[in-house]
Amino acid sequence: MLHNKKTGRFAGIMIGLSMAFSSATYAQEDPIRISYIDPLSGPFALAGDGGLKSFHFAAQKLNEDGGILGRDIEIVPMDSKQSASEAVQLVQRSADEGINFVTQGNGSNVAAAIIEAIERNNRRNKDNKMLYLNYAAVDPALTNELCSFYHFRFDAASDIKLEALTNYMKDQEDISKIFLVNMDYSHGHFISERMAELVDERLPHAEIVGDVLHPVGKVRDFSPYVSRIQQSGADTVVSGNWGIDLALLVRAIDSAGLDVNVYTYYGGAGGVPAGIGPRGEGILRQVTEWHADVNVDEGLEDYEKWFQEFKKQYPQFDWYYHRIYNQMYMLKAAIEEVGNTDDVDAIALALEGMKFESPTGTVTMRAKDHQILQPMYISVMDTNAKYDAENSGVGFRTVASIPVEQATVETSCNMARP
Amino acid sequence: MLETIAYSIFNGVLYGTLLFMMSSGLTLIFGMMGVLNFAHASFYMLGAYFAYTLGLTTGFWLALILAPIAVGAMGALVERYGLRRVHQYGHVPELLFTFGLAYVIEELVALFWGTVPVPYKAPAVMNTTAFTMFDLDYSWFKVFILLVAVVMFVGLWLLLMKTRAGQVIQAALSRPDMVGALGHNVPLVFTLVFAFGCALAGLGGVVGGIQFVTDPGMAFMMGPIVFVVVVLGGLGSVPGALVASLIIGILQTFFLSINFSLAETIGTLNIEDSGFFGVLWHMEATRIAPVLPFLLLVLTLIFRPRGIFGKREA
Repeated sequence: MLHNKKTGRFAGIMIGLSMAFSSATYAQEDPIRISYIDPLSGPFALAGDGGLKSFHFAAQKLNEDGGILGRDIEIVPMDSKQSASEAVQLVQRSADEGINFVTQGNGSNVAAAIIEAIERNNRRNKDNKMLYLNYAAVDPALTNELCSFYHFRFDAASDIKLEALTNYMKDQEDISKIFLVNMDYSHGHFISERMAELVDERLPHAEIVGDVLHPVGKVRDFSPYVSRIQQSGADTVVSGNWGIDLALLVRAIDSAGLDVNVYTYYGGAGGVPAGIGPRGEGILRQVTEWHADVNVDEGLEDYEKWFQEFKKQYPQFDWYYHRIYNQMYMLKAAIEEVGNTDDVDAIALALEGMKFESPTGTVTMRAKDHQILQPMYISVMDTNAKYDAENSGVGFRTVASIPVEQATVETSCNMARP
Repeated sequence: MLETIAYSIFNGVLYGTLLFMMSSGLTLIFGMMGVLNFAHASFYMLGAYFAYTLGLTTGFWLALILAPIAVGAMGALVERYGLRRVHQYGHVPELLFTFGLAYVIEELVALFWGTVPVPYKAPAVMNTTAFTMFDLDYSWFKVFILLVAVVMFVGLWLLLMKTRAGQVIQAALSRPDMVGALGHNVPLVFTLVFAFGCALAGLGGVVGGIQFVTDPGMAFMMGPIVFVVVVLGGLGSVPGALVASLIIGILQTFFLSINFSLAETIGTLNIEDSGFFGVLWHMEATRIAPVLPFLLLVLTLIFRPRGIFGKREA
């Protein structure tokens, strides 16, 4: 018993001391914390890991320049395991720890759950509101039916990507037969439906000759799909696939010697360039807000240096998420306009309608639905690109720049404002 | 239609032979030792990573031989210092042991080689076109896959049926005491069988890593299907594994290649695309294909638990 008492007293003292110590350091440094809620383990860990490193790097660069309001930025990694319910708990944990900013990108279902959790928190917990900065979840619903005053999307939504893509495709007379290959969940369903409408409206010289949905992350052998593409006589494939599902698709197309162009959202990261390598040259295309050779083409020397420094720090990865650059600097501008990090409503209002001079041109956070509007690029895999992606020996070369006006879609959002 | 059938058979055989390479080792280990090795696909992954790393210095052809040997050596260590100790507590601890091992190997691979896929490629000469069928090219690498699988099957069969070592192995499994009394080292036989099974998985990985993508998720992706092959073919039966691999390969490829749904073939009959029956009626074959192997697994276990060629119940 005596022993136990002693242990208890000792533990009590230690806890007290450590609390005193931690609160002391807290007051001293007082960083601005951002919760990063994305998968850091399991099959989607690669995507989450790449995003985390990009945020760490952007925070580090901002901190070198004096941070925000002279305070450092700290990214707090939280493992969502790609589960919506897990993410909701992590939002709650962030609230408990007094973190005002949450960022997430992988999975629109997770994003929708986070929006709901943050709305709930902000209703109940008015002194400790939170802001959700979405860097990659592209479901259009998030800025339409589900739009929220506390959600900002820095990536182009899926409908905007298709808008930019079809605006390019409508001038390509050699596109006549289009085959759609997508993953069998809301993301793939949306592309399949929306693309059919857009081809009807805009591409009189083209038709959709095939439309398949396949299970997510379960197909090993894509050659049957390739045979169907071949039998349909398609010259163009449009796919919202990502990760392994895209890498295997493109490899199967290349290995069968099929002469098609594959237009994708996510050809430039998530293990796709590494998985395909030079075999994707001339086949794989992507529609993105930026890629590494944009820096070279447009003489963006500072940004090129940023890219190189990132590579030096994380040799396995590449700076891919230009939107994280936009997101961090826009957040900085908004917080500095307000002058503190506690008045979340004011920061949200400052972000609303903000115009930001990004290296690629002016980007605007549309006030109506909090969707960023930005110029887009269509690029093709090319071994002659100056910078290769994921050390694969192959990078991307711009085939078209899409101005902001051609990468804009109306919104039906009608959000409740404080 | 003829085109589709010919194509499905050919591609299905190709995919099936890859499945066979992965499952033959598993069925061997189970048939001989009664160990259901959950980490089998992890040895397959190790095969790919070893071949990639060795290939950087020795070239592909030497790595093709060295990598399976290295994987086999790892398998021997796992059996000698892991499984053998767990073995005395029965099958459930063994199962749990290999289950945990699968995760350990996956994390170790991610630590050593990173989460990004490694650029593991076939030598350039193998990427040239061997022949063209219905306007689709087939590279020498695909021919090579077929070749490896055939050599593997014939070699295995000869080893088990025609050599003294094969007979000792078979005897050690059914009557270990007797074989021990005759002066053979039974535990050593077990170690060798496990190592050999792992080496086969490693060889599958050397080839599969090129055909698919070499990343830490590859074991996870292949794991379940390999078990389906083994159960369908009959636990412990090498010819069964071959037949089951081909059946699954061809069936799946066929379902993915055709554009078929009951509604399109027979007519919609005014059945709406909703409700349980309506959804089934309008379901496209491509969306059923991924379920097929697992449907086969369930049906096999219900109606013929010992599989096609198996001698004992699963």
